[in-house]
Amino acid sequence: MSVRHALLALLTEGPKYGLQLRQEFEERTGEVWPLNVGQVYTTLQRLERDGLVESDDAGDDGPQKAFRITEAGADELALWLRTPPDMSSPPRDELVIKVLVALRAPGVDVHEVIQVHRRHLVELMQQWTRLKEYAAAQDVSFGLAVDAELFRLDSVIRWLDSADGRIRRTALEPPAPVTVGLPKPPRRLGVRR
Amino acid sequence: MTALELLGVSKVYGEGPTEVHALRQVNLFVEPGELVAVMGPSGSGKSTLLTIAGSLEEPTAGEVVVGGEHLSGMSRNDKARLRRRAIGYVFQDFNLLAGLTAVENVSLPLELDGVTARTARAEGMKALEELGLGDRSARFPDELSGGERQRVAIARAVVGRRHLLLADEPSGALDSSNGEAVMRLIRGACQRGVAGVVVTHDAQLASWADRVVFLRDGRVVDQTAPPPGPESVLAPSGNP
Repeated sequence: MSVRHALLALLTEGPKYGLQLRQEFEERTGEVWPLNVGQVYTTLQRLERDGLVESDDAGDDGPQKAFRITEAGADELALWLRTPPDMSSPPRDELVIKVLVALRAPGVDVHEVIQVHRRHLVELMQQWTRLKEYAAAQDVSFGLAVDAELFRLDSVIRWLDSADGRIRRTALEPPAPVTVGLPKPPRRLGVRR
Repeated sequence: MTALELLGVSKVYGEGPTEVHALRQVNLFVEPGELVAVMGPSGSGKSTLLTIAGSLEEPTAGEVVVGGEHLSGMSRNDKARLRRRAIGYVFQDFNLLAGLTAVENVSLPLELDGVTARTARAEGMKALEELGLGDRSARFPDELSGGERQRVAIARAVVGRRHLLLADEPSGALDSSNGEAVMRLIRGACQRGVAGVVVTHDAQLASWADRVVFLRDGRVVDQTAPPPGPESVLAPSGNP
């Protein structure tokens, strides 16, 4: 989460004080991301240094100092909103590795391991869903943040379901004839090392 | 009194080399007001479990008890009466009767049960109003949107004093926001005391349940723990 750009976005509505920015940030992100006031002031100082915001000349760095977004700041925000975030796969997904290890380890039932993780993820989803159930319908920010988490967890469960099915099907098929020098996949796409 | 009990329920289709064990020794208890989701892949026995719980099919072995009444000793007529009075179904494809209006669809089970047309209609209107469909009561199914049709199906499933709601993939082909609306309505029915069982392969739907039971090859293999309370996922993890 870019605190820097979130603060710029809040300043597009008009000049604001540091404490006010912190409060509005937490409100707008459905209070899912807590922010301490030190982070807010450090970020504002850096934004000012980079010419993206400016403050009243008078007064020192107290809570009475108001910040405004500059033209360069507005340009930076517009660029950030349209820049795709890094969606390439993480270097090592712990869950994938656990399932791969369970698949080969003697005496380990990979389906049981998959079920342990599936249950845990469903329990997490139940907790998020309960939050959404009792949240005010008009709290759109909170609903969006919770949905994002639900869709993310759901996609992991779908992967587990698909892995479960693939392993079962493979176990039912006769073993492939031994071949010398299996062809390698062309390249390991999307894996950063 | 427990709303639904499945005791050692097994179901075998066919015999000899072609026999299929759809359910094996399934135990499941659902209390009034509780919503249970049954999750499993295709062929895990989910739909069979639901049709047996709703007395639409007989188990090969084991016992089904609905609201304290054992189904095994009942005549066909008694079972049909129990279905009209106590059990509501919501199917993936809604199963509304095309020639009847929304309110006629909803009040039909009561009329079949001998309730006067006037009382049945009043109960039907009440169920539709609870689901926000009061102004759609005179529409025919093909004049309603997919989400509205599914709400009519839910109204029909809870009309009168029905206290066991059985739903098979209730969000069907609806998009995710309509799917969420369907689950909110089912939760609402449970909060009014109805016991609900939803079978689904969709974790987002299942996560609305109080308890999720995992079915695999006809067996209950696992279930979720009681929820620790919603604040736990919001607790800061490591950050100051």
